[in-house]
Amino acid sequence: MSALAALARLRAVREGRAQRLTTVRHCHVSDRPMVFVPFQLAGEAAAPLAAMVGTDPGSPRLLVVPQPRDRDLRFAFAAELAEVVLPYVEGFGKVTETVERRNADPYERCLDAPQLVLPNRQGVAFTGLLGRSTRFRRPDGPFPVHPSVPVLGRWLTFFAERASYPGSSLTLAATDALAMHWASGQSDLEDANLAALMGWIDPPPGRTGLQAAEEAEDPLLWPPAGPATDPGFDNEVLAPAIEAYAEAPTAAAVERIRQAVRSQAEPAWRLTWRALELLRALPAGGSVAQRWDYDRGAFTDFLTRTAEGAPPQARRDGAVSAAARLARMERARASFDAQRAYDDPLVMAEYRLTGEAFAGNVVATEPEHTEGEGRSRKLRPLVTVATADPVRLAPGTTLGTPDRRGQEAEVVEVEGGTVTIKITKGMGRGKTPAPGAVPEVGERVCYTSVTDDFQAAAALPEPEMTPWTHGGPPPEYVPTDEDAGEEWS
Amino acid sequence: MTAQAAPEPVRSPQAEAAAVVEAVLADLPRHRGVVVDSPPGAGKSTLVVRAAGHIAATGEPLMIVAQTNEQVDDLVERLAAEHPALTIGRLSATGYRAPERVFAHPNVRVAGKVADLGDPAVVIATADKWAWAGDRTWPWAIVDEAYQMRSDKLLRIAGCFERALFVGDPGQLDPFSVVDGERWAGLSWDPLQSAVSVLLRHNPHLPVHRLPVSWRLPASAAPVVSEAFYPFTGFRSGTDHGDRSLHLTAGGMRTSYDLALEEAAATGWALYELPERHTVRTDAEAVEAVAVLATRLLQRAPVAVSERGEHPVGPSRIAIGAAHRDQVAAIRAAGLPPEVTVDTANRLQGREYDVTIVLHPLSGRRDATAFHLESGRLCVLASRHRHACVVVARAGIAELLDAHPSAEPVQLGVPVKFPDGWEANQAVLTHLARHRVTP
Repeated sequence: MSALAALARLRAVREGRAQRLTTVRHCHVSDRPMVFVPFQLAGEAAAPLAAMVGTDPGSPRLLVVPQPRDRDLRFAFAAELAEVVLPYVEGFGKVTETVERRNADPYERCLDAPQLVLPNRQGVAFTGLLGRSTRFRRPDGPFPVHPSVPVLGRWLTFFAERASYPGSSLTLAATDALAMHWASGQSDLEDANLAALMGWIDPPPGRTGLQAAEEAEDPLLWPPAGPATDPGFDNEVLAPAIEAYAEAPTAAAVERIRQAVRSQAEPAWRLTWRALELLRALPAGGSVAQRWDYDRGAFTDFLTRTAEGAPPQARRDGAVSAAARLARMERARASFDAQRAYDDPLVMAEYRLTGEAFAGNVVATEPEHTEGEGRSRKLRPLVTVATADPVRLAPGTTLGTPDRRGQEAEVVEVEGGTVTIKITKGMGRGKTPAPGAVPEVGERVCYTSVTDDFQAAAALPEPEMTPWTHGGPPPEYVPTDEDAGEEWS
Repeated sequence: MTAQAAPEPVRSPQAEAAAVVEAVLADLPRHRGVVVDSPPGAGKSTLVVRAAGHIAATGEPLMIVAQTNEQVDDLVERLAAEHPALTIGRLSATGYRAPERVFAHPNVRVAGKVADLGDPAVVIATADKWAWAGDRTWPWAIVDEAYQMRSDKLLRIAGCFERALFVGDPGQLDPFSVVDGERWAGLSWDPLQSAVSVLLRHNPHLPVHRLPVSWRLPASAAPVVSEAFYPFTGFRSGTDHGDRSLHLTAGGMRTSYDLALEEAAATGWALYELPERHTVRTDAEAVEAVAVLATRLLQRAPVAVSERGEHPVGPSRIAIGAAHRDQVAAIRAAGLPPEVTVDTANRLQGREYDVTIVLHPLSGRRDATAFHLESGRLCVLASRHRHACVVVARAGIAELLDAHPSAEPVQLGVPVKFPDGWEANQAVLTHLARHRVTP
């Protein structure tokens, strides 16, 4: 935990209310998100028990599996879920825009993309498991399923994988999204309880965050937001209801289970929508739209591939695809960290505390300073900044600044309370700087060594060219009848 | 009754090391890959230079892969000096300016593309640069510091060569990433594993040799480092207790700093232990202690005597190591001569000094995370010196370790790694306790 986050938590305890960690919102919140609150049967690897799902807070769809140990019923549930999820997801494919690119052909991108919102990170993991158990199934062969089930599996897998992609907002876990913007007065572990975290951020009138969070620990008042259910509920309510269904699978028995599960899902459903409201109320950071563009691109790409009948995502990444994914994720991590700092002075403050950034007033400038002779003479303005920050930057370090994003600078000298920098990029070709390009004396500026400038990784071999050091080319995936009979699913 | 095994003839360390090198060279043409594990200062570079000469003598072109530009320049310099007849090409990125020591050799050429190098017998570059170097295939490659190399980097360049010699130190820091790699844990090609682990998991029959003698570490340090960090593949020092000594030629003032330095000079180790306290990472008192120790050491005009002769230990022969970059920055800001190296464990890998001063990674901490427990970090910090190592730490690390047993989740399919960081930390601490000086 950084020093500022620790301070914010202490303040939250003292004030009895969560404290903001950011000045702006760093995730995209869709106008039409789909909230998905899944529940699983205790003791099973991936047996769905129920899900509350929908795009309208007022009318959720509740799907239940009256006997989660019955695999036919599980896949009937998956088909029902597909009826809700697939039209929502595929609907975004109808409206597209043409994106022009430099040095490449223009391409089509969906104007908007779906956003799947879950109450917590465990819900995302369960979504991944559900996707894993459904995407290899087939409408023919042994244990056939409805044709929509494997398609649903691909999409659930897609959403679960995007959740681990830094900066992506296609899948949000409400607790993580909230914890990125607010510090509560409790531990990270306790923040994973959506009701407790919401208690700190948005306590009911007349109560402190601590009181609200304490109340949230009572599973009778605030049942867990899934996918695990409260053991008390399992023993006293769910087990007898499932048993009754097993004895006599009547409509009344199903209704009894529905009512039982509804009591567990509804609070989480309402909380998740409330969390989205709170997030939406924050002003969006400057780079949020750009990251959502990438998300839309990733969505369009996957939509196209699915439509073209691409095979389901592999069970495990091969050597080449693992390395490629790692490179993409590292790139995304670096940009996400840099963009948040540039968008948000409160995030930048963390870097100022660790000496990787500094802010202060300009005390001297030499706007027409040049380097080189003759034709290679270049404008390299010098700027001296007085700062009280503990600067830990060595001369020669490359710097960027949130105030002038196209520019790059370099540390020349750090001397006591002043830092002299040289602007090395973004000065144009003129002999004198453009007005406003060089900060004026007295202007407040901020420079940091954290930049979004990331060297592209070199190309990887094609999967069929995997070298001997990495096991040689992998066997090609061929769907088999065994896909339907995996023990755990 | 069991038959008594004949006692192994006692061989000189030189003979022992030479036998391993011979065995490595003999294995080269017989296998697609050969791995050589090298403990700290065991003559890894010597082996690389030797093998390069050996392969070049066959007339076949050779590519050498190192991990950082400094490593590449070091290799170029040694190779050029020891094989003056060999033509050497150094590939570099466009922004990189090779230092004078590389240009000084007439048989070295530097360029950004293989085609611009002429046709040298040996081409050296970093792994990152090789990944861009095009599609020519080389019959031979030597991969240096292969345990520091992430396997995804090897994947990018493995198509460039037919056979390779992989050399590295398994006890140093594992490669890492800023993203969570749990998704790949247990896969035999996990991109976050080192190049050697992935290579050996796919090619388990490849021969693995071990260099048995550390020429860097003194007799006082080799057993400690060997037992703590290389429990199953021990090594010994190339020199004996009498062969090396460190003398402080200027008189001291009996301060605790002087006592610590005298203890280190006499025994090779000292633990300068500050009172127990939980502190922020850049613990001002610990930083000050490190800086004062370094300054005081220089004031005491140390002279090192070793098998290479006698020389004064100047600031360039002293290094200060710490775990975090902000600690390094704080120590640098404490006003030491600029020639003293101050750096993190990651950047000290592969370097050698006469005396090192180490800020213990667990000093003043409230918890022991996997980062701080990683055995490689302490191993790098405790094995950079030829004469003495002074560790600065807050008291209470043993209790901290007891309160934080390693609790990382166990992943299926991941080979168990030795040594355990927790155990290695305890072993080093137990040894250091015998050399404790308190202010």
